[in-house]
Amino acid sequence: MSKSRDVLTGEHFLNGDEASAEGAIAAGCRFFAGYPITPATEIAERMAKRLPAVSGVYIQMEDEIASMAAVLGASWGGTKSMTATSGPGFSLMMENIGLGMMMETPCVVVNIMRGGPSTGLPTLVGQGDVMQARWGSHGDYGVIALTPSSPQEAFDMTIEAFGLSEKYRLPVIVLSDELIGHMYERVVIPEKKFLPRIRRRKPRKAPGEHLPFQGGEDLVPPMACAGEGYRLHVTGLTHDEMGYPVITASAQERLVRRLCDKIRRHAGDIIRIEEEATEDAEVIVVAYGCASRTARESVHMARREGMRAGLLRLLTVWPFPDGRIRELAARGVKGFVVPEVNYGQIAGEVERCAAGRDVLMVGLMGGAVHTPDLILEAIKEMV
Amino acid sequence: MRYKLVDPEPFRLGEFKQKIDETHGIHPDDRYLKPGRIPHIWCPGCGLGIVLSAFIKGMDSMEVAIDNCAVVSGIGCTGRVAGYLNMDTYHTTHGRAIPFATGLKLAKPEMEVVVFSGDGDLFAIGGNHLIHAARRNMDLTVICVNNFNYGMTGGQAGPTTHIAAKTVTTPYGNCEYPFNLTHLAYASGAVYVARWTSFHARYLIESVKKCFAKKGFKFIEVLTPCPTGYGRPNRLGSGLDQMKVYRDNSEIRNDINPMEAESGLNGPIIVGEFVDREKPTFFERYTEGVLAKASAG
Amino acid sequence: MKFWRLPLDAEEQIIPVGRLFIIADRCKGCNFCIEFCPNKVLEASPDFNRKGYHPPVMKPNHECNNCGLCEVICPEFAIYSTVEEKRRFTEVDLVRYEEMSSGEGKGEQE
Ligand SMILES: Cc1ncc(C[n+]2csc(CCOP(=O)(O)OP(=O)(O)O)c2C)c(N)n1
Ligand code: SF4
Ligand code: SF4
Ligand code: SF4
Repeated sequence: MSKSRDVLTGEHFLNGDEASAEGAIAAGCRFFAGYPITPATEIAERMAKRLPAVSGVYIQMEDEIASMAAVLGASWGGTKSMTATSGPGFSLMMENIGLGMMMETPCVVVNIMRGGPSTGLPTLVGQGDVMQARWGSHGDYGVIALTPSSPQEAFDMTIEAFGLSEKYRLPVIVLSDELIGHMYERVVIPEKKFLPRIRRRKPRKAPGEHLPFQGGEDLVPPMACAGEGYRLHVTGLTHDEMGYPVITASAQERLVRRLCDKIRRHAGDIIRIEEEATEDAEVIVVAYGCASRTARESVHMARREGMRAGLLRLLTVWPFPDGRIRELAARGVKGFVVPEVNYGQIAGEVERCAAGRDVLMVGLMGGAVHTPDLILEAIKEMV
Repeated sequence: MRYKLVDPEPFRLGEFKQKIDETHGIHPDDRYLKPGRIPHIWCPGCGLGIVLSAFIKGMDSMEVAIDNCAVVSGIGCTGRVAGYLNMDTYHTTHGRAIPFATGLKLAKPEMEVVVFSGDGDLFAIGGNHLIHAARRNMDLTVICVNNFNYGMTGGQAGPTTHIAAKTVTTPYGNCEYPFNLTHLAYASGAVYVARWTSFHARYLIESVKKCFAKKGFKFIEVLTPCPTGYGRPNRLGSGLDQMKVYRDNSEIRNDINPMEAESGLNGPIIVGEFVDREKPTFFERYTEGVLAKASAG
Repeated sequence: MKFWRLPLDAEEQIIPVGRLFIIADRCKGCNFCIEFCPNKVLEASPDFNRKGYHPPVMKPNHECNNCGLCEVICPEFAIYSTVEEKRRFTEVDLVRYEEMSSGEGKGEQE
């Protein structure tokens, strides 16, 4: 196996972290800046070894603030770029994730969630950063967050995250967790020709004619990078369609609404859910990431015991699939069981869409995942 | 949920173009200035415009291709420099210009990347980034405009404020020791370190030229008057008065150990080119020490 | 340096004569150009510009020598010069240089 291959086609036995790193390289990522943190360190370590072999740049920065800033800089330099971290580092990244939203900078942030708050449980699982992923940086903006539930999905979704980040021009978050990050499973890496080709959309208009922050029909402006002759000013201040700072309510209205709407309007294109046995279900288990693995098992157990349970698995937590939950609620399900390793962050979203149907949150504060029995009990309670 | 939103005023490209027609292209430096952005926001008597002008002159005389140069700024009055230069410019978050520039430079090693920011931005909130970029010998030119206070937010004390100086947050006089920026940059590994004042515009141009010709982490500190934030509470008078102090109190001492290069409020101000040394850059070491080994398998 | 008489090679000394351009409406009246012009050829105009400042003007019967200092030191990109012509060094210039080197009108960066 030549070391300089970017796509390691074949079958591998990888953990979720390593799979994310391979997904990134397969997607064309050639820049990684990070800072060591458990349980995301294996991503950095894999990148440190693999990126130089494909002529990429790996750099360990002085902290996560710098890492996120460097990732944005590299993206404006025309390179697909990524960082990876866990809770404490994710908190530090929030400032420049906001900058990335404002500058509409494609890049990927992998957060391998551990138990928080603060230093919390460095080596143990958590899912407490879901709302932080949505609202962690100040102000309003649209967000995309993908939640893998296996190393294979960590690979696939990291590639997908790069695709979405280029398509909608924003930092996309891969919200994995310690369990998935450290779990070893079979990962199949397809041939390069079967992988999506992710390209940055370039302006068609010449420098001088191109309005760098005017969204087209899809509200996403094409992107001119450094050295391409467009001489852009790119700022974290509220700016007009030229990119120049304009400190007025109307510029803010135009810009921030577009930053939100470019995701809202395309929610249908972005949202990915997976359903199992939901057609006739009266109890729907809504789960994502580590918790969805047990949830599937619990649903199977419930079915075996004759209960009409179904699983709705979120592959994207943001944007949230409001529409599908509403449909299920309107169809007259009894209610929703929401197991997650936090105190009800997604359960609250489900309740918002459940139109008064029962919502039972099965929360763990972190350090362990649900047992199948725990979720099964909840299903029984609702039936 | 239903929405009720207002119709914002649209962007008026026509008005903007008209403004460019009326205000742009009337000075030779306008070639380097973003159309429609002058006049800048800086106060009368502020030294920032001189530093910008000297940068343009240095760039012009080195014939640096405009499209091969990017400027990255942090936040503050100095941070606004990025918005006035007609090249690829990035106005980032407070203190983070250097790591952003690091990513940009590593993605585009052939481009000249210049960081322009204030003393508070680069040495308070961004201090950690600066020393690490210098340690790595990242190939960046950092121009730090030191006005001894936080100008943009209204004249608070910062990491360069002189002992006993008055600011809006040190009404009884500052009790903290200030940084000597050139010494810190030097000790952290910068390969070129110079200090000038905005009065020394011609020397500053020469330093800028040197930076364009040199690889590695280059640091220029420029002391400038901030009549609004620092001048008023310390009774330093107008920007012009401060410029005269720079003329009268400065002493050019090239090759002095930056540790000894004072810049007191009323005492002597040592300026000059303190450090000029050679060292492989991060990217050179990365190319030879990492990429080469990785591709050899 | 002090000249006690017309230098021997004065015949060959050529002085550029600058043409000064002042973009009055850009000026913010900091007076840097007026103060630091090595030839002291500028003064504040009695007129106001659109922003309410007094931009610089050339003093009558003075000559800019296109040294370019005002162009660099103006923070507002409001003043610059170009070479208009070149002429010989004269006795009048000698007197002026003597004045300057005796401290009056000390120029930049000495
Ligand atoms: C994280 C953060 N904290 C605080 C601020 C507010 N702020 C804006 S500019 C500034 C100080 C800038 O000072 P300096 O870098 O010295 O630049 P100057 O304005 O003096 O040129 C501060 C504190 C901010 N924008 N972001
Ligand atoms: S506050 Fe000070 S630094 Fe800022 S523009 Fe005014 S004079 Fe310049
Ligand atoms: S170019 Fe020199 S001599 Fe002419 S006005 Fe400007 S500063 Fe004075
Ligand atoms: S230096 Fe510029 S802004 Fe200041 S007085 Fe002269 S022309 Fe006006």
